[in-house]
Amino acid sequence: MIVAERKSINELVDMLPNDSKILVLGCGTCVTVCLAGGEREVSIIASALRIASRARGLGYTVSELTIERQCDNIFIEQAAEAIEKADVVLSLGCGAGVQAIAERFLKKPVYAGLNTKFLGILEERGMWTEKCAQCGSCVLHQYGGICPVTRCAKHLLNGPCGGSREDRCEVRPDRPCAWQLIYQRLKGIGQLDRLEKIEPPKQWSASLSGGPRVIIREDHRI
Amino acid sequence: MNEKATTIVAFCCIYCAYAAADLAGSMRLQYPSNVRIIRTPCTGRLEVEYFLRAFENGADGVLVAGCEEGSCHFKEGNLIAKRRVAYARKFLAESGLEPDRLKMVNVSAAMARQLTEHIKEMAETVSKLGPSPLNKAKGTAPQEAKL
Repeated sequence: MIVAERKSINELVDMLPNDSKILVLGCGTCVTVCLAGGEREVSIIASALRIASRARGLGYTVSELTIERQCDNIFIEQAAEAIEKADVVLSLGCGAGVQAIAERFLKKPVYAGLNTKFLGILEERGMWTEKCAQCGSCVLHQYGGICPVTRCAKHLLNGPCGGSREDRCEVRPDRPCAWQLIYQRLKGIGQLDRLEKIEPPKQWSASLSGGPRVIIREDHRI
Repeated sequence: MNEKATTIVAFCCIYCAYAAADLAGSMRLQYPSNVRIIRTPCTGRLEVEYFLRAFENGADGVLVAGCEEGSCHFKEGNLIAKRRVAYARKFLAESGLEPDRLKMVNVSAAMARQLTEHIKEMAETVSKLGPSPLNKAKGTAPQEAKL
């Protein structure tokens, strides 16, 4: 899922215009699961904005709404009335959600209430970790299902770097060395021979380096 | 400052602090009259927005009183509340309210005297801080506070 983190109330106050009707718009999908922009967080952020408004005299009128998915026009439609009534939208969706709302409502300012961080999983309660860098050409099959592009701080395809200590990453000692994990995993599934192959430089044009990506499925186009 | 000019909401767990408040009454222990006690099934039931809404609706201070750590009827409700109170305090600070207006204490059902002391301390803290800026801004008289 997409993992995001809230912006501070001070950042939001700096961003939002005074004396405006603000709709805090949540998203019921990824950002709900990562506890950043679901119904509960909408309620908390809206409440905190009302408190900030009254404590600092900002003149906000804050309303709340959460839709199932902000990145999909079918669900955005359900928020149309509330968005029309507001002066500005503070979206608690991911970056895709914010842009989808902005594209649909041309004259409505839409602000991002979250910092969208990465594609990851809930590793343990209250802790999310990055697992996929969306490089566009997946190599997971070669590394036992552990992504060196994402989880090795040096993105090495021919690792390890030799700097790890006690299976900890040299760059982030709080994280495990991805290459240690790859070795253990490949050993476990009897595919250690994969490490004998020298991997050529990765084709990065499939990643964001090649510009914004588009996928077209002709069989689904009308 | 007169403590009656402020309002404190005390969320009290039915298994401990609420019983302690009851006992305080039976023991004729005095505590500040500006405290409004709200009985809760467990402090773990209290969400972050409950604390924020209390301030929005006119509270000058919020006290969360749960069981002693390790004694929660639901095992860890008071520990959940402790984390939520800490999280809500961050929001108060970011929003422009003093985080000390929100505090959690732990008492058992037998600790009536300690509960009244906690309430007195909270009342003193709030009294020193003065009415919430939200109430000042609105010019709300405490007796009109919507609780």
